[in-house]
Amino acid sequence: MMMALHIDPKKCTGCLQCELACSYDNEGVFNPAKSRIKVFNFHDEGRFVPYTCTQCAEAWCQQACPVDAISVDAKTGAKVVSDSLCVGCKVCTIACPFGTVNYNASTGKVLKCDLCGGDPECAKACPTQAITYVDANWTGLEKMRAWAAKTDTGARATH
Amino acid sequence: MRYVIVGAGPAGVVAAETIRRRDPKGEIALVGDEPGEPYARMAIPYVLTGKIGEDGARLRKAKDHYKNLGIGYRSGRAEKLDRAGKQLVLADGSKLAYDRLLIATGASAAKPPVPGLDLPGVHHCWTMADARAIAKRAGKGAEVVLVGAGFIGCIILESLVERGMKLTVVETENRMLPKMMDETGGDMIESWCDAKGVHVLTSTRLKGVEKEKGGRLAVALDPGGSVVADLVVIATGVKANTGFLAGSGLKIEDGVVVDNRLSADGDSIFAAGDCAKGPDFSGGFMVQHAIQPTATEHGRIAAVNMTGGDARYKGSLIMNVLDTAGLITASFGHWEQGEEARAADLKAFKYVKLAFDGDRIKGALTIGMTEHIGALRGLIQTRARLGSWKAKLMRDPTRVVEAFVSKVP
Repeated sequence: MMMALHIDPKKCTGCLQCELACSYDNEGVFNPAKSRIKVFNFHDEGRFVPYTCTQCAEAWCQQACPVDAISVDAKTGAKVVSDSLCVGCKVCTIACPFGTVNYNASTGKVLKCDLCGGDPECAKACPTQAITYVDANWTGLEKMRAWAAKTDTGARATH
Repeated sequence: MRYVIVGAGPAGVVAAETIRRRDPKGEIALVGDEPGEPYARMAIPYVLTGKIGEDGARLRKAKDHYKNLGIGYRSGRAEKLDRAGKQLVLADGSKLAYDRLLIATGASAAKPPVPGLDLPGVHHCWTMADARAIAKRAGKGAEVVLVGAGFIGCIILESLVERGMKLTVVETENRMLPKMMDETGGDMIESWCDAKGVHVLTSTRLKGVEKEKGGRLAVALDPGGSVVADLVVIATGVKANTGFLAGSGLKIEDGVVVDNRLSADGDSIFAAGDCAKGPDFSGGFMVQHAIQPTATEHGRIAAVNMTGGDARYKGSLIMNVLDTAGLITASFGHWEQGEEARAADLKAFKYVKLAFDGDRIKGALTIGMTEHIGALRGLIQTRARLGSWKAKLMRDPTRVVEAFVSKVP
């Protein structure tokens, strides 16, 4: 069963536990700047929105990578950056129309959500279930993918 | 079906793979004119810094990738297109018959018309062979003149600085990155380079190169006398590789002109990547966007149409991201004119400029931003209406990613 992160902004309190868990698990430090999930704070609306990679089916980041450094994890479907292959050219950071691949100047590589190999720390750390890891069919993934299709440069699956 | 793809850069390789997925039985010939396996030109600066070996620049890392997909990869240089005979003639005299042809021959580094550029020690930085030649002369402390401060010049600059070379940059226009940045941005990058010890000469033209006693080079400038160098790197733009198409009857401008299916003849010949001139995202006019994302998108869409599909290309969006000795800059779409919002902090080397078309963003420039910048592509390419966010962004354009997130999920 394909799983995906489901984000429900209505339940988010802006506690940033997800950012801390993500940066600690992936980078070994409690540093939101190195988190692959980011909570946006809309002050004037009193609203928080956690935001990360949708793992799109035909990922722009993967297609744009010049050196084959982004591959698909067969188990989770996550698009995963290989640190040993990434040269830090950042083309994926401008190619991703969601802006969910970021450059880490201290390592010279790019960072993106890899679903923690199938056990996402952000979902485990979230105290209010604003972030859950569920059957992909249950998420708003389709809605996001439909939006993504508008970004597309040409029909993807035409015959 | 016999497919011939001439050119083994990103456009050609993605096209070959896409054709194979869609036509398991077709015969695919992929022709490259440089030795070794297909590699990414974009990775050359990282080869020069020593961050990766030459293998690390390969477009595909899996062993026997092309063989396993049944893609016949061969080396050869296209010499002539024989449309009547439906065959491509290579420089060694061999002929490749095709039912569908993809022209993905890319571009070559252009040489300014000045004397002395054939001297040893004067190089482009365009092919792997160029990179090897530069590495040979580029020891620590060596003096280098880099001619051209456009995108390619600046990306090479990074690796020359990292190698510890003493660098003078010469640019004809009045600022660095004249096409990718406005004056504020170009000047910001120049002062960043100055602070890194790179000597930048704008509004300066290369007059010629002469050999000095002891094998060094004298680089004559206009205005501004002469600079002595151990190495001269020429990065003054590129030119589409379309020479072999002379007499073919195909429409050639600064690239092979293609329609929204990326066909050059409305039938069996297609073009993709740096050598193609296709529709622009914003208004349908024809452009040559020599960037990696355009090359791979072109390659994929051409391949769909070559295999009997009907994919209509919505047009390319020009965008670039650049690391100039640690200062990260990006540009998207058409930022040159129209209503705009700007926020600049010159001392902190931070800059954001958004260009609007009504309540949509049509272009953007950023300096010193590495978080979520792809959202700018998303906003521009989906033509997302900003509604009430337009006024907020006019006041503070640094909030663009927030505007994006509030629009999407």
